[in-house]
Amino acid sequence: MAFMTARKRAAGLGSAKSGTEHFWNMTVSSVALVILVPLFVFTFGPILGAPYEEVAAYYGRPFPAIVAALTLAVGWMHFKGGVQVLIEDYTDGLTRKALIIGTICLSYAAAAVGVFALVRLAL
Amino acid sequence: MADVNRGNRPLSPHLSIYRPQLNSITSILTRITGNALVVGALMVTWWFLAAATGPDYFATADAFVTSWFGDLVLFLSLWALWYHSLAGLRHLYWDTGRGFELDTAEKLGWAVVGGSVLLTLLTVAVI
Repeated sequence: MAFMTARKRAAGLGSAKSGTEHFWNMTVSSVALVILVPLFVFTFGPILGAPYEEVAAYYGRPFPAIVAALTLAVGWMHFKGGVQVLIEDYTDGLTRKALIIGTICLSYAAAAVGVFALVRLAL
Repeated sequence: MADVNRGNRPLSPHLSIYRPQLNSITSILTRITGNALVVGALMVTWWFLAAATGPDYFATADAFVTSWFGDLVLFLSLWALWYHSLAGLRHLYWDTGRGFELDTAEKLGWAVVGGSVLLTLLTVAVI
């Protein structure tokens, strides 16, 4: 430790250089979700509980399908950014890396599943 | 200079020191609701996948999502969604540099809490 200089100790502990972009991404997706969430709640809510044929026909229509696809895609990306901040606040080291990678993979997977499902229902 | 003691210095006051206030509680709830929405979001995503797969798989997923347990999760998710949305709006407002006066912040806090409950009940009534 005697050879550890203050400069060396500080190296690599600074900004990750992408905080501004992360903040901006969260801002943009939050504005989009403020519009999408009410549209989704009031299109998804009434059809939940309906029989299969009705659900399939309903999500064959452009408006509910596009709203649902956008909400799931943007929502999962917003989730990805938000959970990353949670993980960074409470963990470090390998745990942090593993949790962040897991969150990113889950978010992309869920978004892909949602969009695929809606495209398939619509076509 | 090269070997400063960094291990035994005072830490900033943390959760165990601060008295809970409306602002801190509403802030923590924003984080909790946002992250907890993973449960409802996964359920809804799964429901869509099942609907896209076919009637049999849909019957399985739909039975789970509309069961009492699914209903409970979705009801709590609905509140979490409205809460997180209103708290997000408050953040967007704060981001413009406004609304930091103590009495304004207090009002905004109660608006987020009250608004989320009101919107949840309204949504349940409408749907």
